[in-house]
Formats: sequence, C-alpha cells, structure tokens
Amino acid sequence: MDNFWPIVIEAAIKSVFIIFVLATGFAYMTFAERRVAALLQTRLGPNRVGPFGLLQPLADAIKLIFKEELIPGGADKVIFLLAPVITVIPALVILAVVPWGPTAPIHCCQVTIPGLNITLGGAYFTIQSGLGLADVNVGLLYILSVASIAVYGVVLAGWSSDNKYAMLGGIRSSAQMVSYELALGLSVVGPIMLAQSMSMVDIVNAQSRVWFVVYQPVGALIFYLATLAEVNRAPFDMPEAEQELTAGYHTEYSGMKFSLFFMAEYIKMIGVSAIFATLFLGGWRGPMAEQVPLLGMAYFFAKIAASLFFMIWLRSTHPRLRYDRLMALGWKVLLPLALANVVVTAAALIDTTLFAIVVGALVLIGVVALAAYAWRRRASAGGRAAVAQSPAT
Amino acid sequence: MSATFYLLAAVAVIATVLVITHTNAVHALLYLIVSLLAVALIFFTLGAPFVAALELIIYAGAIMVLFIFVMMLLNLGQAATQQERRWLDPRLWVGPAILTIVLLAELAVTLSNTNRLAGGSVVGPKQVGILMFGPYLLGVELASILLLAGLVGAYHLARRDTRRERGEKPA
Repeated sequence: MDNFWPIVIEAAIKSVFIIFVLATGFAYMTFAERRVAALLQTRLGPNRVGPFGLLQPLADAIKLIFKEELIPGGADKVIFLLAPVITVIPALVILAVVPWGPTAPIHCCQVTIPGLNITLGGAYFTIQSGLGLADVNVGLLYILSVASIAVYGVVLAGWSSDNKYAMLGGIRSSAQMVSYELALGLSVVGPIMLAQSMSMVDIVNAQSRVWFVVYQPVGALIFYLATLAEVNRAPFDMPEAEQELTAGYHTEYSGMKFSLFFMAEYIKMIGVSAIFATLFLGGWRGPMAEQVPLLGMAYFFAKIAASLFFMIWLRSTHPRLRYDRLMALGWKVLLPLALANVVVTAAALIDTTLFAIVVGALVLIGVVALAAYAWRRRASAGGRAAVAQSPAT
Repeated sequence: MSATFYLLAAVAVIATVLVITHTNAVHALLYLIVSLLAVALIFFTLGAPFVAALELIIYAGAIMVLFIFVMMLLNLGQAATQQERRWLDPRLWVGPAILTIVLLAELAVTLSNTNRLAGGSVVGPKQVGILMFGPYLLGVELASILLLAGLVGAYHLARRDTRRERGEKPA
C-alpha cells in the first residue's frame, strides 16, 4: 500500500484536469457552434458580450442559473431529477481511457500536490507519467460500455416527464442510439485488429508511422456517422426534431437541469471527437510530439477541433433525416458495410490472395443483393399499383 | 482490494433485494442496473476486465435498455403497483425464501472449503479470444447458431405480410 496515495492523488489531479477541459470546452463549443454556423450561413452570430462575443457563454450560464426550475405535476420526481445527472456522468467519464499525450516527465514539488504539466518553481523530483488518466487493456470496450450506459439518461428523462412529446423523443433517441451502437461497435474492430490491442495507448502507438484512417477509410466514415447518431447530432438529431416533438426528451426541463442536458450533448461531441482522433487520426502523434509532450497535446486538441468544426459544418448545411430513413441507414447500410469492413480487414491482415478473394466475393454478394432488391422493389411496386387499380379495394 | 470487493458486493446485494421488493417496475429495473454495474466492477477488481466490459455492454447497455423500453411503452400506472404489492404478501414469499436460504448456506459452506484466492492475475481480451476460438470453439459456434435462430425468428414475427396487404390469401 506504499504507492497507494500517490496513485490516487495523480489520478485525482488528472481527472480534475480532464473535467476542467471538458467543461470549458463545452462552454466555448456552444459559442463556437453559434459563431461558425452564423458565418457559414452569412450571419453574424453573438458578438456583443465582450471582445468578439467571447463572454457569451458566461452570460448564458448566468441566465440559466436564474431561470425558474419547473417539475411537472405528473412527473416521477426522483427519476426526473436524476436523469440529467445520469446523462452528464457518462459524458464526463468516457475520456478516462484516452491518452492525451506521450509519457512526459512531470516536475513536482515535494511539499505541494503534484501538478500536471506545471513546472513548479524549485522542482524537487521528476516522475514519468503518461498523459492520460488510465491505460486499461480493454480501453475500447470501456468506451463502448460507457456509451451504452449513456442511453439511460435520455430514456429516463423522456419517461419521467409524463409528457407525450418527451416520451416519444425518449423512445426515438434510445432506439436510435441502440441501433447505431452496433455499427459503432463493428467499425472500431478495424483499428483493434490493426493495433492487435484494445488499449487506446497501444492503438495510438501503432499509428506512429501511418494513421489508421489510411487503412480504414470505410471504418472511419462509419464510425463518424455512427457517433453523430450516438450523440444525437444533426443530421441525426431526431430526438430534438422541434417541428414534431417540441424539444424531445428534455421538453419539460428548464434552468440548470436543461443546461445539464445541453452540457452532456456538447461534452459528448468533444468526447467522440477525441475518440475519433485517437482511433483514426493518430491521437497525439505528429512531428516532434514525442520530444515535446506539450506539442503532442496541442496536436491532439487540433485534431479534436477539426472534427468538431466538421460537425458544426454538417449541422449548418444539412437537413435532418426522416426517422425511418435514419433507421434504414443504420441497419441496412452502415451495419452490413461495417461487417464487410471487418471481414476485408481481417483478410488483408492474413495475405493478399485471401484479400482479393474476399473482396471479390463481397462485391459479388453486393451485386446480387442489389439486383434482388431492385427486382423485389419493382415486383412490389407492380403489386401496389394493382391494388390501387382494383375496384375491390 | 478486498475492501472494494466487499463494498461492491454489499451494493449488489442491497440493490438486488430492492429489485424484488420495489413496487414500481421502472424503479426496480433501475436497481437491477445498479446491481449489474456493481457485479461488473466486482469482475473488474477480480482481474477480469473483459468480462466486466461485456457485462456492461450486453446486460446493462442492451438488455436492460430493452426492458426499460417495454416498461415505458406499457406505461404501467397505479394498478400495476397495487398488483406488485399483493405479490409481496409474506404468505407468497416465505416458502421460496426458506429454500433460497438453504441453497445460500450450501453455497457458503462449499465456497469456504476451497481456499483459492480470487483475482490472482489479470485476464486480458487476448487470452479470452484465444480460448474462445481454440478449445471452446464448439461452444461459440453453438451459441452463434442459437442467436441466428433467434434472429430468424424475430425477423419472421416482425415481418410485414405483403401478401395480406395486397389482398391475397396468406401462404
């Protein structure tokens, strides 16, 4: 038990750092989203509070704190209060296994609590510490399991509000999240096979020469789309389809409880961007990153920012998908594609002839399936026309 | 480590008791999820992170979501709570409880006789995979056939009957 407390203190400091980054990131992500979306749509966006509107998130927070908190009469009170918390916590803990940078020497003062990346004056000793909270050998499974727990907040919020719009929103979003989880889970199998490990640190180390997006373009695309659906972002923001469902599962929430849902959504965006960067864009890797650990962190943040920008871009330029099309995309396109990607990757890892055979077989299956689909569609369209023409119906 | 084990075990046991005694179905399901989370963490502390992650993904993340889903759609009201309360009548549960206590005592005696320490080493996903597709391949294949049968059955039950829609006789 000699090294028990240093480990606990180190983990606590790293956790506080991660939560601080995520919370600040959330505040400025809302601001960035409004400004970037405004620029893309040739508007100005919020630019009044502070220089360039930089204090807007603060003003929003103050406004939300002073709003009245309503609890509907028919609501299940305990679960109604618990649901925003259940939504936020998975969003905060999902990044625990993601490495933020290479192993770095951390200079610590004996008397003060060791700080992350802060060289305190008169360092007494130096420890080597990985920049990242934990290196678990099932890191990716941890991420998938936390993502699957995240569904509960939405479901319970929708159910406990005792409001039919909230309920419908909750049902829709949980169905969506459960459906896209399959494609998500299959799309990360590619990086696992290439790195031969589920540890996020090993996956980053395996990308020291080539990023996995080069070997796994299809996997990366499926992962990105599935995570958009998983965090309920446009064009898959079905739970929040205002025209149909008011505000979906958080219709009845106001004040700080609403802002917790808001916070969870944006923190999840940052989280999945970080995971995407780690799995497919080489994590913190970049020129000179191993020599200068802080530079590695900067690369990592730059990659996250690029992914977040892409999400905002998608949202401000694309309309929302219809619900049945959304489900069809998830089950009939992304899932088979992800499965095919796994098979092709596995074959390519064994040898080239097998790879060629598997690709040929898959193309053949695809052509046959498409032909069968087209034939059935024509047949059923003919049938439907016959029904429409017959006087009996 | 043993302190965390006993803490988690206590959480799991209390949550499971509450699953049975709670009259509100959704609350009971939430306790069941807490119990599953505690069991997953016990697996983790015993050195089986892979099993812990699977427990979370499959039980807490998929099966329980479906349970909650059904509960939401049924939207059980006061009547269901009353019925649950009637089921908690001592006359109904004393018999099964005595039988369960006998089993528990037997389990405790059996476990106390084996002096094997839990959590010797960490079993990673690679070892699990090698075992699954090595010595236990037959089990994996049988399980996958079972799942495939379930899938086909679900497809058959949920399929739209296009013949009937067109007004023809169903086959």
